[in-house]
Amino acid sequence: MAAVTDMDSPTPAPAAATGPGRRSSLFLRRPFFTIALLATLAYVGAAVFAPWVAPYDPVQQSIDAMMAPPGPAHWLGTDSYGQDILSRIIYGARYALVIGLCSVLIGAAGGLVIGLAAGLAGGWVEWALMRVIDSILALPSLIMAVAFIAILGQGVDKVVIAVGLSMIGPFARTVRADVMQVRVQLYIEAARLMSIPRWQVIARHVLPNVVFPLAVQVTIRISEAILVSSSLSFLGIGVTPPTPDWGLMIAEGRGFVAFAPWMSAMPGLALALLLIALSILGDGIREEYDPKLRGGS
Amino acid sequence: MTDMAPGTAARPEQPVFELLDVEKVFQVRPPGSIFSRRTVGLPALDGVRLKVRRGASVALVGESGSGKSTLLRVLLGLDEPTNGRALYNARPIGEMRRAGPAFARDVAMVYQDARGSIDPRMNVGAAIAEPLRHFGIVPPGEIPGRIAELLDRVGLSPDTALRYVSGLSGGQVRRVAIARALASEPSVLVADEAVSGLDVSTQAQLLNLLRRLQREMGLTLLFITHDLGVASYLCEEIAIMYLGRIVETGPTDAVLAAPAHPYSAALRKAAPEFSAPITEPLPGEIPSPLNLPKGCRFAGRCPRAAADCRDVDPELRSHGAGRMVACLHPLDAP
Repeated sequence: MAAVTDMDSPTPAPAAATGPGRRSSLFLRRPFFTIALLATLAYVGAAVFAPWVAPYDPVQQSIDAMMAPPGPAHWLGTDSYGQDILSRIIYGARYALVIGLCSVLIGAAGGLVIGLAAGLAGGWVEWALMRVIDSILALPSLIMAVAFIAILGQGVDKVVIAVGLSMIGPFARTVRADVMQVRVQLYIEAARLMSIPRWQVIARHVLPNVVFPLAVQVTIRISEAILVSSSLSFLGIGVTPPTPDWGLMIAEGRGFVAFAPWMSAMPGLALALLLIALSILGDGIREEYDPKLRGGS
Repeated sequence: MTDMAPGTAARPEQPVFELLDVEKVFQVRPPGSIFSRRTVGLPALDGVRLKVRRGASVALVGESGSGKSTLLRVLLGLDEPTNGRALYNARPIGEMRRAGPAFARDVAMVYQDARGSIDPRMNVGAAIAEPLRHFGIVPPGEIPGRIAELLDRVGLSPDTALRYVSGLSGGQVRRVAIARALASEPSVLVADEAVSGLDVSTQAQLLNLLRRLQREMGLTLLFITHDLGVASYLCEEIAIMYLGRIVETGPTDAVLAAPAHPYSAALRKAAPEFSAPITEPLPGEIPSPLNLPKGCRFAGRCPRAAADCRDVDPELRSHGAGRMVACLHPLDAP
């Protein structure tokens, strides 16, 4: 056995430097990343193929099987309307992932525009924009999202917009920090020396060097968006019932925790597992592709 | 004012660069005053006179803090002189730079930090293609061929184009930076410490490359360095700077063989040689440019300082064949 492991170990080591071999060995070098990736893919698969994967219709109510504990007929039990919890969790993955991804993209787009404007404009424009962002950041994103929901009203689309808007602040801040770091780099001066117009320098040199770290941020913050949107549902001001949303399901089970704990626990577990998987995934991507963490530049 | 192209304005006797009493003063807060808004002038360049002939190779030598970098920025049009005139083909450099891309195309720069001067998200090919495309050097279809040609000219294989600077060695990155500078087909190449921080054999290869390129392409080479050995190998002419001023210029061999300014002599002695042990360095430090002495600014460290040195600020004056020196009592007077 020792001989086998010795033969295996040199393979990832030289590939770990740079070159085309680096990506293939990623899964061997980062076992947790691989598990998290598989878990996330399982959620995505469940969301995409929900009608084929789910054993029941998520909104089919059954008086015969109200609050049934987990068993052979209903693997994760049923809720107070007799709806199958596993099926609702599977369909709920659609809402969680779509809301999470769309709202993060809104937040990232808004943050990119504001952060670029602040970082490039400088002077009082930057000062004013950043004071606004600072005051927004003083509030937790959930409070911000509640405020936007109060303005926009309820519904999946409103939740996406509200959560997206509430995430602009942190994105704007990191984008501005990256812009400030990039704009003093020598390659920017070299481009200026070549008399390349300012907008071309921004498009060709500033933007790519800002967008790549931003993409990493997006993967890390998807879990935050899912958490905030689930919290809105839990508070009863996000998506409306009978939508199979995890936050909503946890809220519905709240009154029965003493004698039917699976009603809240199962969607809560589904939510927690997804958030953990996404966090590990985001961290792995960041460590792998962020030149600052890789050492050198 | 009709001729915009850099080449047409140049007559053979006309210098490419001409600096006439260039001053550059930075407004800084005096040391120790954190809360005050009062600023004082820091003269980084003070009465610099320099002529660079077309096709010449000039080494600009000086200690750190001597104003080399500021002079470089003035020559490239990144900083306007506070006083005096900085001319490129008899026209103010700032005006030339604002007039369009012709100046930027004709004067190319190789940075000391070659790695930092190339966008890390661009591969070598894209980095070299940028000036080719920007200045419209070749039609878009011929860009890959020209990239390979430029890489070959600096001694790199064509497949380097697909690599990123983070994966290249220090010497390779300098070569890439040189190839990128040559892409715009400049007539002037400005290199800031282009071989410092490399091991000796890599340095030698790069110096050979630069010398060959300068001769084959007829480039005007302005080489900023603190290394006299590099200066004498690469450049026919030398200009030695001290505290924001050029104290001696002339043919490199002549200046180094018999320096006329005591500061040049001290630099010459301080340069280590294989045979000789390192001699006594200069006593004292460079004085602060915020607090310049009244007479010659080198008087405080000069072993030959006489009484008048502390009162009279010496001008750059002719000193033998093609040489100029700013000293009241030059060594080896002709």
